[in-house]
Amino acid sequence: MSTLAQAPAPTTVGNVFVNIGIFLAFVIVTLVFVYRASRTNRTASDYYAAGRSFTGPQNGVAIAGDYLSAASFLGIAGAIAVNGYDGFLYSIGFLVAWLVALLLVAELLRNTGKFTMGDVLAFRMRQRPVRAAAATSTLVVSFFYLLAQMAGAGGLIALLLQIPNSNRLGQSVVIAVVGILMIVYVLVGGMKGTTYVQIIKAVLLIIGAAVMTTWVLGISGFNLSGLLGDAVANSPKGEALLNPGLIYGGSSLARIDFLSLGLALVLGTAGLPHILMRFYTVPTAKEARRSVVWAIWLIGIFYLFTLILGYGAAALVGSEQIASAPGGANSAAPLLAYRLGGEILLGLISAVAFATILAVVAGLTITASASFAHDVYANVIKRGKASPDEEVRVARTTAFVVGIVAIVGGILVNGINVAFLVALAFAVAASSNLPTILYSLFWRRFNTTGALWSIYGGLISCVLLIIFSPVVSGPTSAIFKNVDFSLFPLSNPGIVSIPLSFLLGIVGTYVGANREVDEAKFAEMEVRSLTGAGSEKAIAH
Amino acid sequence: MSTTEHRSTGTIYEQVQASPEFADLRSRLRRFVFPVSAAFLAWYMAYVLLASYAPGFMSIKVAGNINVGLIIGLLQFVSTFAITTAYGLYASKHLDPAADRIRRQIEDAT
Repeated sequence: MSTLAQAPAPTTVGNVFVNIGIFLAFVIVTLVFVYRASRTNRTASDYYAAGRSFTGPQNGVAIAGDYLSAASFLGIAGAIAVNGYDGFLYSIGFLVAWLVALLLVAELLRNTGKFTMGDVLAFRMRQRPVRAAAATSTLVVSFFYLLAQMAGAGGLIALLLQIPNSNRLGQSVVIAVVGILMIVYVLVGGMKGTTYVQIIKAVLLIIGAAVMTTWVLGISGFNLSGLLGDAVANSPKGEALLNPGLIYGGSSLARIDFLSLGLALVLGTAGLPHILMRFYTVPTAKEARRSVVWAIWLIGIFYLFTLILGYGAAALVGSEQIASAPGGANSAAPLLAYRLGGEILLGLISAVAFATILAVVAGLTITASASFAHDVYANVIKRGKASPDEEVRVARTTAFVVGIVAIVGGILVNGINVAFLVALAFAVAASSNLPTILYSLFWRRFNTTGALWSIYGGLISCVLLIIFSPVVSGPTSAIFKNVDFSLFPLSNPGIVSIPLSFLLGIVGTYVGANREVDEAKFAEMEVRSLTGAGSEKAIAH
Repeated sequence: MSTTEHRSTGTIYEQVQASPEFADLRSRLRRFVFPVSAAFLAWYMAYVLLASYAPGFMSIKVAGNINVGLIIGLLQFVSTFAITTAYGLYASKHLDPAADRIRRQIEDAT
């Protein structure tokens, strides 16, 4: 305890005015870009897909900006600082997952779709039921992801703006401000504005992490082994920090749970609607490929930085002080920034972390609104007869509603541990979206019944298993501690729901096989997906 | 709906789909992406299984504080970067020229 008293008390770390000042600078710069982008927002393609005018490298940076959420920056660095090796495991799953997107999905999707995931899923199926299913799963995934980001905002505010958790009103006001800013970005800038926000944020985040990593390595004399040794010496977990098992060791159930998580992570990315939508912002499939290549390098290098930052925080700040700071493990990177560069570096890193939430939430909002307007309104309700202007108007209204829901939801769940929602979003994406994407691209006989069984089967089984899992009820860490209806022992449903959804796709296809496969549509989809013939073209402004 | 009579003439897409050049492009894509996907998924799952069921092996020190687990973890990064680069090269050499040629044929015909 005496060592804790000597250390600078974490609640007084940094200068709120520096943090806010740097954050405001970010907001002003991005608003200028968003405003400039708004002047070329004329058509539906401008609003949803930025006129398909971004280059591969630009889109790759934006993808990294979309993907490297606060969870990956603060969460992974913190998990490594406190729990060592097991935190590293997350980042590997998140990275390897991109190979699924690169090899099997990105280019083919760019060539066949227009604005949403539903365009590809429904390409050769009966439009209305499949689009409704695709939109449902898009909205569920985006909503879970959104809520997790907004809930994280509360903890971040506690840490960065020094508004303590006891001040609920203060935190709620900040969450509302974040939400309103995000609505402005999306309504004014559309996909182009949102993309600029993501590019700026990704560049700042990666540069910030690179500076800190170099600094940490410099302090340790560019000796990784020495840095690991310091981390071990400074952690109550000792040597175990370097070995797998601190979180997922122990019971055989915990190990299966980890396999389940690993599966959801690696198969989820290529089914995340807000990631898939980014492939439409480039002019060709070749640019879509380049954007994934850029994204993989940036994301991979960033995760290597977080490995150093995590162990560096353990070595230089100490695991114990991190765990006891407000915000817990999430404070590892900010505390390390303060230890290295004082108030200014802390302010920079804090502002970047805040900008991260803003950018990711904006990306999710535009995806959810596009799916509702394009899939549900234009194709299910209006049966494909809505004018593009009408569609964009609905999308803007939906974006506004989604933004309000995000604000209210964020205030309601503030303080509740909903971190599992990100893992759940990956599990839902892997089980309800990926099987249908792969089957419709590669399996000729796949049909509407198969698609519906696979999407709804994956979605429903995933959500039900979560409701009956120990994260919702039972143990003291659960949301409802006083009741126990946890019939399913695992906290991640992926190991059951992903294979189930693949299986249901096959069974459904055979059940629905009395309707003949639309050969002409399949030929069109296959030829288009591989050659790019007839694909949506870029708009020149 | 699509009767045999319809297929014999077929849409431009059906004609292209039946052409040997397109079949060749498709098999070249699949020859790369299917085995490589199987390989990296197996390699990743092997890593996850090792981390959860063989922590003793992963904890063996190799050099200083650097253990087997860290090295295998970093090798996952290396293999991901390597596959990314290899696919980029393969696609621009073996896929893009044929895809461009077929696309131009279709666009000229329509």
